[in-house]
Amino acid sequence: MIQKAKNETTDPSEWQPRIVAFLCNWCSYAGADLAGMSRLAYPAAIKIVRVPCSGRVDPMFVIKSFEQGADLVLVSGCHPGDCHYTSGNYHARRKLLAFRELMTFFGIDPRRFKISWVSAAEGAKWSNLVKEITDEVKALGPFETYSEILTGETGP
Amino acid sequence: MNVNSTVTESLQSAAATLLSEGKVGVVIGYGRDAGASISHPMFIRKPEDAERLVFDDCCFGNLAVYLPRDKVRSMGKIGIVVKGCDLRAINVLLREHVVKRDDLVLIGVPCTGQGDPLLHKCSVCEQHNPEGCDMVVGDPVEQPAIDATQRYKDAASLDDKSLEERWAFWSGQLSKCIRCYACRNVCPLCYCKRCITEKTIPQWIDTSAHLRGNVAWNVARAFHLTGRCVGCGECERACPMDIPLGAINQKMAQLMDEWYGFHSGLSPDEKAPFTTFKVDDPETGIL
Repeated sequence: MIQKAKNETTDPSEWQPRIVAFLCNWCSYAGADLAGMSRLAYPAAIKIVRVPCSGRVDPMFVIKSFEQGADLVLVSGCHPGDCHYTSGNYHARRKLLAFRELMTFFGIDPRRFKISWVSAAEGAKWSNLVKEITDEVKALGPFETYSEILTGETGP
Repeated sequence: MNVNSTVTESLQSAAATLLSEGKVGVVIGYGRDAGASISHPMFIRKPEDAERLVFDDCCFGNLAVYLPRDKVRSMGKIGIVVKGCDLRAINVLLREHVVKRDDLVLIGVPCTGQGDPLLHKCSVCEQHNPEGCDMVVGDPVEQPAIDATQRYKDAASLDDKSLEERWAFWSGQLSKCIRCYACRNVCPLCYCKRCITEKTIPQWIDTSAHLRGNVAWNVARAFHLTGRCVGCGECERACPMDIPLGAINQKMAQLMDEWYGFHSGLSPDEKAPFTTFKVDDPETGIL
């Protein structure tokens, strides 16, 4: 197990993506915790921010993450029907899907924004999910749309 | 200018009656000063001034923008001249409990469209005759059948482009933004006493006129209006840099229409899409 984790530690010569994940306290954060407790390794590129509920996540969180250099933002909450607050994730679903469409309309790559449902029992799903999205964002490379904004290279 | 004299005359007498009987403290309508190129908003507080009101085809402004303002409310009960499109904005204000129906006297005006050539919103308007007003001045006009495919045409023409082309377009457009907030100030539904862009702890939106903050601002503006915007087009008309803000609002209205069959502002009793949900809402692309 320890050997396996070592093999997956990051190679400093390779570019490492920065992934910001907003996890709901009740399901996804507990799921990530379970992954840790079960010794299921997942890439260290992900930086977890715990929020009370996926319904707490405002699109400005995502924009701010991109501004601060995130290459991918993930929002994860309880499965529909399992919300600790009964309906927070249903509201999040409406808002975040609309936000993704808005990003797409502006031409900001929607592959940089992921939404997932991970329950407290799905440590393995969490571990696999993080591996998958890390591989995907590594293939996409740095988020140049936003890094160009920050350096002022876009626009007339 | 093409003054609608029958509407104007009955509007003037209705406003004078309301004011002289003390039923309202102010009538908000349109007036035109000599040499003005459009009919601008006008506040009438004395019956003898009612003759300054006009209604023509250059009454662009959405007067509902004044309703949430404290200074206007302090004038007493408000009589307001509403076209069908303005009524939609008032319906949203009523739905959000920003104004009370009892505090308003709605003076509906049948409208065949504004501007020459006709504004896009007027060519797809289904509210030529405002419904649910306290009084309607002038005769009802014919409601032409509209081409629903034209409703979201500005958004659709951008949707046809690739992601890179869209970013090239929008980064060019949004970098023009000078952050004057005319789009916000003219919007009848942007009534927050303190806007997110003015908050500094934490500062969500960079305030300098730089693409970084401009993108954040326009995303925030569009998102705060999703499921609320009635498509009055005032933001785009007010924008001094001619940023096609209407296309963004159209895109979000189109989504609400396609996903939830929702059109904002058709009734004061409706529920906004983001205040409610269904268990079987669309759920594509969630991992």
